[in-house]
Amino acid sequence: MSLLEINGVTKHYGVLEVISNLTLNVDEHEVVCLIGPSGCGKSTLLRCINRLEEISSGEIRIHGDRITGPGVDLDRLRRDIGIVFQGYNLFPHMTVLENTILAPTKVLGMGKREASEKAMAFLERIGLAHKANEYPDRMSGGQQQRVAIVRALMMDPMLLLLDEITSALDPELVSEVLDIVRDLAARGMTMILATHEMGFAREVANRICFLQSGQVYEQGPPAELFGNPKGERTQAFLRSLKKAGRI
Amino acid sequence: MAGSSSELHSETGRAATWRARGTTQTHGLRTTLTLVVAIFCFFLVAVSAQHIGSYAVEQGVSKVAALIPGGIAAVAAGYVLLLAIRAAMKSAAARRHADVYEARALGAEASLASWKALSWSGALLVVTAGAWFMAVNDAAVSRTFFDLELIQSSAGKVIWAFGTNVTIFAVSAVLILVWSLLIAIARTLPGEAGRPLRYLATAYGDLFRGLPAIITIYLIGFGLPLTNLPILSDLGSTSYAIIALTLTYGAYTSEVYRAGIEGVHHSQVAAARSLGLSHTKTMRYVVVPLAVRNIIPPLMNNCISLQKDTALVAIIGTIDAFNQSKIIAANNFNLSAVTTVAILFIVITIPQARLVDKLIDRDRKRMRAGG
Ligand SMILES: Nc1ncnc2c1ncn2[C@@H]1O[C@H](COP(=O)(O)OP(=O)(O)O)[C@@H](O)[C@H]1O
Ligand SMILES: [Mg+2]
Repeated sequence: MSLLEINGVTKHYGVLEVISNLTLNVDEHEVVCLIGPSGCGKSTLLRCINRLEEISSGEIRIHGDRITGPGVDLDRLRRDIGIVFQGYNLFPHMTVLENTILAPTKVLGMGKREASEKAMAFLERIGLAHKANEYPDRMSGGQQQRVAIVRALMMDPMLLLLDEITSALDPELVSEVLDIVRDLAARGMTMILATHEMGFAREVANRICFLQSGQVYEQGPPAELFGNPKGERTQAFLRSLKKAGRI
Repeated sequence: MAGSSSELHSETGRAATWRARGTTQTHGLRTTLTLVVAIFCFFLVAVSAQHIGSYAVEQGVSKVAALIPGGIAAVAAGYVLLLAIRAAMKSAAARRHADVYEARALGAEASLASWKALSWSGALLVVTAGAWFMAVNDAAVSRTFFDLELIQSSAGKVIWAFGTNVTIFAVSAVLILVWSLLIAIARTLPGEAGRPLRYLATAYGDLFRGLPAIITIYLIGFGLPLTNLPILSDLGSTSYAIIALTLTYGAYTSEVYRAGIEGVHHSQVAAARSLGLSHTKTMRYVVVPLAVRNIIPPLMNNCISLQKDTALVAIIGTIDAFNQSKIIAANNFNLSAVTTVAILFIVITIPQARLVDKLIDRDRKRMRAGG
């Protein structure tokens, strides 16, 4: 049984159908990259998985358990699914340490000491322990995004959603963030990434999904999808990326 | 070949127009007008100071006391005249100067000096007009509002009564901050289940923002004692004033909170909810702290306005500073005691305005990034 099953999910915003009858399974320890043109529904799909957005029809299951529809404890669900946003979304009125221990202490009831120790270990690992008492706006985008990843990891998620986490960063800051993701992949974290970093997707993903008009238009292992794309749209998309020097 | 040479030509053409546009501005007309205004202003101030000063001495004001304001006004007028003369001289120098860059700099200085002289002249004229207003008609205005003797003799009583205003303000301010936050949270409750409370809070807000504060105070101050309800009918008038002001200002302040809550970027809410924080915890740890930071200026403005409205409680007979001064005014046929109250209110609000500025500044420095 897959960790995540998305079965025939459709999502409308008014009359606009952003996701149409999309089906996708993700296994444990798998790293899946969502690629596709801007506006094809990558962010929306990720936000539906932790129910920041409500789907219009279809169903989503985690370990076989249906998490869409009424009666699902959303707070309970979201503890186990981490998400990192393009714009970091750190809490500006809290220090780095306070950002990272908020959820463990207030949601899981972990002691402040214990949470701080755990956070410091994470921050140590990504080389930001010295910034623990800094406010987010005093740090670079790359540092903020790394803290945002730590904030998500503090909840020990079984699935991590990463929504274009390097798109808002200056080029020289991208690699410090991707290094963490690479490390997580090596440790077996199940992840779904929406990304425009094709080189990175190729290296880290087990599977690439090309989204087009709210559906999985084509998917496969990186070597296959990048090396020998079957679909016309996939080929066109990859061609345009090549022209722009993004591959 | 020919094309490139003509392009080159047009470039020099552009350069020529650019240089032509940068001719020196000497502001001759404005500096001359400024000089005329400054001279007029100087004479007006001098004549007024002499007139009003000698009248004051006639009325028994000591010579020194009359001389100081007159002297200050004269010095200020002299300064303005100097500024205007300097502006005119700079402008003349700019006209004569051979070097175009120096001339431009002088012209700019002349312009600045003339604006300065003009704005100071305007201010001086207003002050002079004010002085005349106080002095005309045998100093009727001064006598009615600024009878120093009465101000001195009544100040003790008025200041003592002002303590009541301070008490009413301090207690209701704390109550309002808590009460209005609760209302704002009720108004922003999500979903179907939150609807009844949302409607109730909205109704409360509409009602008490619609009611003039003075009517609320009147109804509560005179109405509650008639109800024979336990506790509620036996409170002092100060307590009724506090209840009424809390209800009125609670409605306004809850709107301020609500604007702050709704102004918190939804990405902050998404971040908190995605970590598993409930609606309540998201409000408590993320939304409300961020909202409060953004609404400190309007909160403080409400606070200042509340201080002033404590004077409304005079209508239900509370002996606050205003009521006390009205009694003194009625006994003396003179409003100078009320002036004391006015001054008291002004004096306590000014430092608060400065405090708001400081808070905003500090916060801006600490979290420039915001939501
Ligand atoms: N809250 C919303 N209301 C209306 N339309 C939206 C909303 N969010 C996203 N959309 C639309 O849905 C489409 C998909 O958006 P998104 O999932 O952000 O695409 P991607 O992340 O692939 O660039 C876009 O056309 C976008 O304009
Ligand atoms: Mg997106």
